[in-house]
Amino acid sequence: MRGDQINLQNIVARSATTEPSPHVREGGVEKVAKLIDVSRCIGCKACQVACSEWNDLRDEIGHCDGSYNNPADLSPETFQLMRFNEYVNEDGNLEWLIRKDNCMHCAEPGCLKACPAPGAIVQYANGIVDFNSEHCIGCGYCVSGCPFNIPRISKKDQKAYKCTLCSDRVYHGLEPACAKSCPTGAIMFGTKEDMTEHALMRVGQLNDRGYANAGLYDPPGVGGTHVMYVLQHADKPEIYSNLPRDPQISPLVDLWKGITKPIMSAMIGLTALAGFAHYVMKGPKEEPEETPDEDIRREARKEDRL
Amino acid sequence: MAGLAPTYGRGAMTNAWTDIRNANLILSMGGNSAEAHPVGFRWVVEAKEKNNAKLISIDPRFTRTGAVADYHASIRTGTDIVFLGGLINFLLTTDQINHEYVKAYTDVAIIVKEDFDFHDGLFSGYKQDDVRTYDKSSWSYEFDESGMVKEDPTLQHPRCVYQLMRKHYSRYTIEMVESVCGMPRDQVQKVWDMIAETAAEDKTMTILYALGWTQHSVGAQMIRTGAMVQLLLGNIGQLGGGVNALRGHSNIQGLTDLGLLSNLFPGYIRMPSHEEQSFDKYIEARAKQPLRPEQVSYWKYFKRFHVSLMKAWFGDAATAENDWCYDWIPKLTEPLYDVLHTIERMKNGEMTGYLAQGFNFLASFPNKHKSIEALSKLKYLVVMDPLDIETTEFWKNHGEFNDVDSSKIQTEVFRLPTTCFAEENGSIVNSCRWLQWHWRAAPPPGESRPDVAIMAGIFHRLQGMYRDEGGVFPDPIFNLTWPYSNPEDPNPEELAQEYNGRALADLPSADGKTITHKKGDLLDDFGYLTDDGRTACGCWIFSGCWTRGGNMMDRRDNSDPYNVGITLGWAWAWPLNRRILYNRASARPDGTSWAPEKRLIWWNGERWAGADIPDFPWTSPPSAGAGPFILNQEGVAHFFGGSMMAEGPFPEHYEPFESPLDYNPLHPNNPAARNNPAARVFVNDRAQFGTSKEFPYAATTYRITEHFHFWTTHARLNAIMQPEKFVEIGEDLANELGIKAGDTVKVTSKRGFIRAIAVVTKRIHKLQVEGRTVHQIGIPIHWGFKGVARKGFLTNTLTPVVGDANTQTPEFKSFLVNVEKA
Repeated sequence: MRGDQINLQNIVARSATTEPSPHVREGGVEKVAKLIDVSRCIGCKACQVACSEWNDLRDEIGHCDGSYNNPADLSPETFQLMRFNEYVNEDGNLEWLIRKDNCMHCAEPGCLKACPAPGAIVQYANGIVDFNSEHCIGCGYCVSGCPFNIPRISKKDQKAYKCTLCSDRVYHGLEPACAKSCPTGAIMFGTKEDMTEHALMRVGQLNDRGYANAGLYDPPGVGGTHVMYVLQHADKPEIYSNLPRDPQISPLVDLWKGITKPIMSAMIGLTALAGFAHYVMKGPKEEPEETPDEDIRREARKEDRL
Repeated sequence: MAGLAPTYGRGAMTNAWTDIRNANLILSMGGNSAEAHPVGFRWVVEAKEKNNAKLISIDPRFTRTGAVADYHASIRTGTDIVFLGGLINFLLTTDQINHEYVKAYTDVAIIVKEDFDFHDGLFSGYKQDDVRTYDKSSWSYEFDESGMVKEDPTLQHPRCVYQLMRKHYSRYTIEMVESVCGMPRDQVQKVWDMIAETAAEDKTMTILYALGWTQHSVGAQMIRTGAMVQLLLGNIGQLGGGVNALRGHSNIQGLTDLGLLSNLFPGYIRMPSHEEQSFDKYIEARAKQPLRPEQVSYWKYFKRFHVSLMKAWFGDAATAENDWCYDWIPKLTEPLYDVLHTIERMKNGEMTGYLAQGFNFLASFPNKHKSIEALSKLKYLVVMDPLDIETTEFWKNHGEFNDVDSSKIQTEVFRLPTTCFAEENGSIVNSCRWLQWHWRAAPPPGESRPDVAIMAGIFHRLQGMYRDEGGVFPDPIFNLTWPYSNPEDPNPEELAQEYNGRALADLPSADGKTITHKKGDLLDDFGYLTDDGRTACGCWIFSGCWTRGGNMMDRRDNSDPYNVGITLGWAWAWPLNRRILYNRASARPDGTSWAPEKRLIWWNGERWAGADIPDFPWTSPPSAGAGPFILNQEGVAHFFGGSMMAEGPFPEHYEPFESPLDYNPLHPNNPAARNNPAARVFVNDRAQFGTSKEFPYAATTYRITEHFHFWTTHARLNAIMQPEKFVEIGEDLANELGIKAGDTVKVTSKRGFIRAIAVVTKRIHKLQVEGRTVHQIGIPIHWGFKGVARKGFLTNTLTPVVGDANTQTPEFKSFLVNVEKA
């Protein structure tokens, strides 16, 4: 799958496309999530290294900018990085808040919504939002569409890059490289349901340890995310190196989507008028098939684990 | 570790990584466990999550450990003995100790000699005008007619260890701690209260320390003070307890185990001094007999270990008649041929050549300029290393990073590229004494060869030269055993079996009715060693690692039948696969467990049983009264260190040799007690110490998680993660000096300067020490002028040449610098 990590059968949404995706498959794909428990993270950057190794990425050997943030920012060669913030709390005590910053894999991805290149951004049934670089035109609209400031455009090939949530690994039943490498178990990966349950357990523990405002970060403004955080201070996400309090897709994207995009898409993709009509009428996104019986799904999941 | 052995009997980490999860409280002090040991740190996180444990971090800086700690307190570097001595005083005066444990398992009742004394910072016997050493004859016990120690079980005798200890630490008040350590009183009290809770029988604290304790002129005594605290709380031998020496290199435990320290043979066999020319007296001084009735005192078998080692080395040439080749083994004229001593001799022109194997000489030792001067005096330097390290180019001008005049250096440098661990089979001994076998993952590049093959090559050439040309003292050269299938490249499997040991004759069982081992058999364990030449064993503590049952080190069964993190089927731990040392102390004197959740081993009526291999005679009943510290002659652990430490039987605070204070607040009027009175300082090095007037800031050095020493600056991914040399400066000082984050600063000590990027941080704050402000500077050791990361200055340009009085480990953690905007 490396190099061609697009799993064509399980796409539920694709950018700037009017035709429906294949959907004869009968469900069976569960939503996944990566849970980053900030309270367990020591900021060792093993995940950063693992990400570079798995994805064959080597960023520049940069400079120290006077902090522990290295590289200084996300880039086409750095899909994730640890951001360190020194925060003095209400009691006057110092906290060193370390957040792993990477694509949040929104359930309602602003990048996909904004993207004018047909099929350059896709969303899988499991929730992962992936860039299909083959189709990327490097316009940068995904950057403005993203409420988390994640995608970066490469100067080498004028294409957008970001964390894939190791869609290639996940497709083969492996956890993302970052989760695999984490020495303290601060990064976990599983079904969104399980991760939510685990997160709430951890939130309870943190409450008991005196973090009254501990909570799960799964922001509803983007329909929830497939990368979630356990935060000691969920009431103040911005103290974690500017994690948005209530991320929303920029209204400009809606404007763009409503007016410009179909035209652009038509021009770029030379899409047939019928397809255009379909897009306008049905929108770009199709919900995955749900297996109606929740118990059967849960049982199936158990079997998968054995 | 030189602080643990004099206390408990062995110098190794007491517990296992996997056991940390059983702790109720974790004290990370003298180390930054999350930063330096991120993988092992998972067990700390697990303790917090599964055991609701609390984590305390005490460090000059707020570190990555601090980031996940429940409580952090900043301390002035080099003052840990004051903090811990104060804690001892607090535990004793508030009576928060485990009484039953302390009475039964420690030396509190033993009576000390009448002429033992401590006055104004010095113990009895100090030779003030001499070479900074003690006559230790008064640092001992009173004995009865049968040679056993005198004891007062009521602990009322004024010279019993308990009373002496009380008196000694009564000076360590909370006011003293606040003033010397620069830690506000409420923080001190908070930490002490948390720690004192673990005196409860169902609570344990574990201590995680590393080089933050070791690398001080009083490093070994810092460790010992921590070890004493754990005894008062009853936390040794227990699940989730212990003093855990987190080793900085994946095989550094193996290094000391196999005798790579200059005064030790494999298995911690202390080498003879030049004054010990008699074999019998050499043995007698080491074959320690019990000093209390019914005690094990396992070193009493010393002769078995030594003779078996000589049989492994010299084979048939070692006989009873020639005292097992005693005359062939080197006798020390110095207590230690440590590296500071070596550099001094090299600098004085007393050495011709030097083989630097397994370390980056130039980068790793204090005062780089002295190292360059010393290396420049050599005729030749051989560097055995997998990487192109700075040492090989000490003679080359690398601009201001290494500003030397190459034309003035005549030393010839040879590079012998070695393989690295991933390119050969072998075992690595981790912190908790597990010998874990590993397999070659990749072929070695280019012409690199294993270190063993290189040494074999040197040996054979040397032997050949002796054969062809003759030479002095040929016997050990010609008679060294070399039984390897490929003499030019002995394989790790053969070496491991040699360490394990073999029977050289049929060995009968104790009752003489059967044969336990046939001639040539690998031994089951060191219990079968003999002192009459019938066994050979290359490292007695490793005996059991490769038996007739095969390689025990490659076992990978991690089942944990008692669910306490003890996996006896995973690899193999010395000694005898025991995972928690002194585990007899996990049970009360009567053999029952202290608490249900702390059950480790117990007396089942017939023998000791439970989750771990008993570190104790298996069938010795509680009624027999043997103590859990089976290496100590008294069977109990030592608060009173006797003559085993260089600077005194009780740890005492002395200031670092470069300190912001020019007196010792505990002994303000005694200049002799300002710094460690037993530390060795060479004259020229003393002249290179700076004062707080010239160099006002206390500096400390450390590693960061993105790098491993000077290796990973050769690896691109690590270089990306931390590309460039930096120093950490607190916001208070940075504001004072007009330094902003990202500025280049110049850091100067009496010995030289470095330039680096300033990381300005809230994580270092000013301290109030003795009524004035002390600023601390943090300097990572990484980066040099080789490798793929940005070129940088070697941190050891700055550090002073003085070591711990016992180990001579350099004082990398406390010295003085000035800082200015570059």
